Amino acid sequence: MNVDPETKPDEAIRVIDLHKSFGSLEVLKGVSLTAHQGDVVAIIGGSGSGKSTFLRCINFLETPSSGEIVVNGETIAMRPDGLPKDRRQLERIRTRLAMVFQAFNLWTHRTLLENVIEVPVHVLKVPRDQAIKRAHQLLERVGLGDKADTFPSFLSGGQQQRAAIARALAVDPSVMLFDEPTSALDPELVGEVLTVIRGLAAEGRTMLIVTHEMKFAREVATHVVYLFEGKIEEQGPPDELFDNPKSARLKQFLKSVG
Amino acid sequence: MEALLESLGLAQSLELLSLTPPGWGGNLLRGLVHSLQIALGAFGFGLIIGLFGAYGKLYGGPVTRDLLAIYTTVMRAVPELVLILILYYVGTDLINQAAQAMGYGRVEISGVVAGIWVLGIVQGAYATEVLRGAIQAVPSGQIEAARSFGMPPFKLMRRVTIPAMMSFATPGLANLWLIATKDTALLAIVGFSELTLETRQAAASTRAYFTFFLAAGALYLIVTLCSGVVFGRIEKWARRGQPSLKGASR
Repeated sequence: MNVDPETKPDEAIRVIDLHKSFGSLEVLKGVSLTAHQGDVVAIIGGSGSGKSTFLRCINFLETPSSGEIVVNGETIAMRPDGLPKDRRQLERIRTRLAMVFQAFNLWTHRTLLENVIEVPVHVLKVPRDQAIKRAHQLLERVGLGDKADTFPSFLSGGQQQRAAIARALAVDPSVMLFDEPTSALDPELVGEVLTVIRGLAAEGRTMLIVTHEMKFAREVATHVVYLFEGKIEEQGPPDELFDNPKSARLKQFLKSVG
Repeated sequence: MEALLESLGLAQSLELLSLTPPGWGGNLLRGLVHSLQIALGAFGFGLIIGLFGAYGKLYGGPVTRDLLAIYTTVMRAVPELVLILILYYVGTDLINQAAQAMGYGRVEISGVVAGIWVLGIVQGAYATEVLRGAIQAVPSGQIEAARSFGMPPFKLMRRVTIPAMMSFATPGLANLWLIATKDTALLAIVGFSELTLETRQAAASTRAYFTFFLAAGALYLIVTLCSGVVFGRIEKWARRGQPSLKGASR
């Protein structure tokens, strides 16, 4: 592991000048962002602003066109065309970047317990009994202690998303990536998921959260980034950004989302 | 009991079907075992071809995809009887030529192995399409989730894609298995002593055509019924975690 000399010891993730194009459409036009341990970065922006793409580029679910991603001081090696140079390195780094998806994406043929132990047992090679013990604790923690043997399809969206958070926690990630975690949920189920995320913020988890929940972003985020057309239009501490937006576009955006 | 059989004129048939000579029942059962051996082997071989074929068609480069398209098109376009003749004679001929080139004499090719290879190649073409469809039906989010957690490609296929596609693939694969059991009958044409050829020989020697072909039909039916039970179980297992569709149409 080659540690970048510029890296401060508590830096969790650094994204440098990230570009991404789909064909001729440039979705990200050079986004840079650094998160230190314990930071909660909320990424907000209108539809098509590139905020989900940005998050998905960080763990290479989308291959960036150019830029650099440094996780815990380790740069993900990229080929000139943006594809990862070293599959094993990428896989190793990915296990430190747990993602929570808008559509939960739990493995439907496995019970909640099996979902939570899958990556620890089969990727990280944690002994099975140890993984199971930890999985029960995590499910308990997200309020699903009694659902360990249930299959995801028999649960509500809110329950599935909480299980997905437990699955992400099971790898003990350095950074958690949330891709609009409440956008697919019925309004009355949003609260239970946000409560869990709030708890994670309180215990100092480093998180990048793409969200539409402005109240929530203001409450849990240590830093808010507003993306507009693939560029950071404005960023800063939540109170400053929400109370005193400087750019006209952010003002407009905050007005439109109420 | 015997009087009843006698009065129905079935005593003679039973004698013909007896498992010990002079009855021909043993021959029929031996034929059935051969048929099942070939069907199982061909089905398994076909599944392996199908899995690679499906992955090749979905993720392969242009050359791989074109070659696989030719393979599946040809295998599914030409009647199986013709394919069996071609593959059997071409296959045995190639092996013999290779053997002679390496200085060995003519090789006697086992009927079972030849049958498995011929039917397996035909089955592989259908299995490629069944599995390709099933893999495509797996919600992409589940595969994406596995990738996002750093799961390597082969493990991802084993732990996520294959289990998740099983529920989509099982009905099609059950069809393929039943076709495999019956396609073994076509191997009679290349002189392989599976159930149909054994039946024909028994019938021709005793002139009891009706008895023997009815018995063979019953054996094929039993195989189908048992397969139905087995595949029912497999499907139930493959669909674990999915809500039942019963009543959903109402």
